[in-house]
Amino acid sequence: MVWYKIMEIFKTNTIYNFMAKRLPFMMLSGIILISSLGLLMTKGLNFGIDFAGGTIVQVKYEQKAPIDKIRSILNASEEFSKASITEFGSPEEIIIRITGSSSDLNSDLGDTISALLIQTGKYEVRRVDIVGPKVGGELREKGLMALGLSLLVILIYVSFRFEWRFAVASIFALVHDVVIALGMISLFEVDVNLDILAAILTILGYSLNDTIIVFDRIREGVQKSHKTVLEDVVNESVSRTLSRTTLTSLTTFFVVVTLFIFGGEIIHGFAFTMLVGVAVGTYSSIFIAASFLVQLKFSVANFRVKEAEKLKRQKEKDKLRAMYEQGTV
Amino acid sequence: MKILNYRLVIFILSIIFGVVFAMPSFLQSESGKKVSLGLDLQGGLHMLLGVQTDEAVTSKIKTIATSIKYFAEDEEILIEDLTFKDNIISFIVLDSDEITKVDTMLAEIQGLDIQKTDDLSYMISLQPAQIVLTKDLAVSQAVETIRNRLDQFGLAEPTVIRQGGEDIVVELPGIKTAADEKAARELISKPAHLELMEVDEDRADQVYTLTAAKAAEYGDIILESSDGSGTKYIVKEIPILDGSQVTDAQVAFDQANQPIISFVLNNSGAKIFGDFTGRSVGKRLAIVLDGKVYSAPNINERIGGGRGQISGGFTVVEAGNVAIALRSGALPASVKMLEKRSVGPSLGADSIKASMIALILGFILVIVFMVLYYGLAGIIANIALVTNIFILIAVMAMFGATLTLPGMAGIVLTVGMAVDANVIINERVRELLRQGLSIPKAIEDGYSNAMRAILDANITTLLVAVILYAYGTGPIKGFAVTISIGILASMLTAILGTHGIYETLLPRINKSKNLRLWFGIK
Repeated sequence: MVWYKIMEIFKTNTIYNFMAKRLPFMMLSGIILISSLGLLMTKGLNFGIDFAGGTIVQVKYEQKAPIDKIRSILNASEEFSKASITEFGSPEEIIIRITGSSSDLNSDLGDTISALLIQTGKYEVRRVDIVGPKVGGELREKGLMALGLSLLVILIYVSFRFEWRFAVASIFALVHDVVIALGMISLFEVDVNLDILAAILTILGYSLNDTIIVFDRIREGVQKSHKTVLEDVVNESVSRTLSRTTLTSLTTFFVVVTLFIFGGEIIHGFAFTMLVGVAVGTYSSIFIAASFLVQLKFSVANFRVKEAEKLKRQKEKDKLRAMYEQGTV
Repeated sequence: MKILNYRLVIFILSIIFGVVFAMPSFLQSESGKKVSLGLDLQGGLHMLLGVQTDEAVTSKIKTIATSIKYFAEDEEILIEDLTFKDNIISFIVLDSDEITKVDTMLAEIQGLDIQKTDDLSYMISLQPAQIVLTKDLAVSQAVETIRNRLDQFGLAEPTVIRQGGEDIVVELPGIKTAADEKAARELISKPAHLELMEVDEDRADQVYTLTAAKAAEYGDIILESSDGSGTKYIVKEIPILDGSQVTDAQVAFDQANQPIISFVLNNSGAKIFGDFTGRSVGKRLAIVLDGKVYSAPNINERIGGGRGQISGGFTVVEAGNVAIALRSGALPASVKMLEKRSVGPSLGADSIKASMIALILGFILVIVFMVLYYGLAGIIANIALVTNIFILIAVMAMFGATLTLPGMAGIVLTVGMAVDANVIINERVRELLRQGLSIPKAIEDGYSNAMRAILDANITTLLVAVILYAYGTGPIKGFAVTISIGILASMLTAILGTHGIYETLLPRINKSKNLRLWFGIK
């Protein structure tokens, strides 16, 4: 029965030896990571008006948009000679991008462009976005600040709940995911606007979630398992969480893929970034985060000794308190 | 059989809460608090305006100069060289006997920094604290003024709120056409700064030859006529009165049936106006609006009653907008547009249709998958998931939040995390069942094993959300709020709620022993 098969895709209790292959995977990640960084440094990100400032006018024609005609009209005027005109979603719809912005409430670039286009056919101006340079700069600054602080807080919390090596490894996995996602954004020349920032933040959340859940299993394994070699504990833990990681990624993938296919042009960039992010996040929480932990030489034995000491101290404290309460001290 | 347990009771209460408070939003009903759609989804105009607060400081000092001038004339104190430059007023009192009078008058005005170069020469500026205060007041006044104007303009639900130190967010969901938008922008940006100024008749014949700098030496400025004819007027820089003394303004029609704006002054304004006109018979009075002279009639007699009018070739609509602007007060300083987003209603409708279809389709896929994979456990997880969405919408409605595209992204993440919690729990339970544990033991241990992982994952995400809220602007804040509410709701539904359902159903699960039906395993 098909249903039955679907229900137990991950029935087996097989323990995969992920850690034996950790070097090839880390190499692969390293290559992608370096290429992404290279792309970011050479090609850079295509900042949209939200961050760079500028003006966007979205126009929808009743027939196919006469892009060449529009281009020649706009290029003829001094103000809009550097305007870029691209198709948006369908042949009827175009986006006109201008790097400048006007801060005067009474003159509107959208109106000006609309007046220039009057002879090009029947159209409707559907969107005019103007972002001044101050707003974009502030947004960039605050965005970076938020990102930096988030990483710091994660570092502190995970160190507190787990151990510092777990924290460093999870931050590494996060940076890994975000940089690769940014690399893909650069490669496919996606306009980086606020929605892309939101997607990156969502990826951050997902990736962190995945990594913590794998790490939690490793922590549990270290405490309960009889194995003393970290590689074995990690293999066991990652294998045990494999079904969960895959299932969750799969359900998220459903939502993101439908967003990508049916969400319309305006949500395309967001959905694309999420697609990349979910894929990379899943890969990194299975193959990379734990590998990094092993590479950092996390010692199971030491951790157990420390845990035992902690327990002992706690017991002594309790004993002292009990004695104190009984009035013997 | 024990049907109710505390977990289930809390869960049922939260379902009721979610359904009741989310309903107005789902039905988009008139009554009740609901989540409204952001401008990117329903169309409209969003603007971020920057108030040029330095102008407010200048105009405040100018007002002080006006009152010094009026005081001196009223008390017949002779002062000389009353000028105003770089936010400093300077003047010389001619009669040393009058010094005490002047000092008492100045002492009544708060926040002044008074310096005397000698016994008779004054240099007056604002104290730094007063400057800060003035700037702050200017922004809140600008918010008030813009709100008043938009209310009178008759648009649906305008939002005008202050953001940070000097910025104002204006949101107008009611804007449908480019013409509407233009009219609204003009109304907002109109300074509506009315000044009644004295024409400097001594130098009126030199108006076309004097440079601005030369005029300034005499304490004069040269203004152009509003009709575009190039006619110029030379007037005393410090006005007699300004628009702050106007209590009412209406459109009226003159003898030629041309629209004019008639205005009424308050008591003190009327007194100043009466005194001035009484003293200045035979001179001209310039009526200046936003730096342009609309008319400069001769003063034939003392004008009491505090009424005046502005004429000068308005259309009826223009006159109406000027009247609204005068009534709702002048902007204390001009505003600049830092950001503008206008979304046509058809685009908004397209966006929401597309993203809704995608979200709902994705949601259905997840729900179907969960049932196929987990059997009844999947249905229980789905109940939690749906409740989670209801609670999320309900809480957002209570906060009066708006749903924007980034907000939808937050919902996607929330749905993901809520499903994830149940996947983690179910996988744990399955694992323990496979190890041969009894069903009640497997459920109990499954939950407690999964708990730590879910808590740690959720708390870290919550911490990140808090930081985003603190540092983010507009849409990012919305995103942070959505995921924070979603995470808290998922703890309530996916962890507590499903656990409650299992507890109630336990005797039945135990009896049937059909692990494939209940948990999707053999």
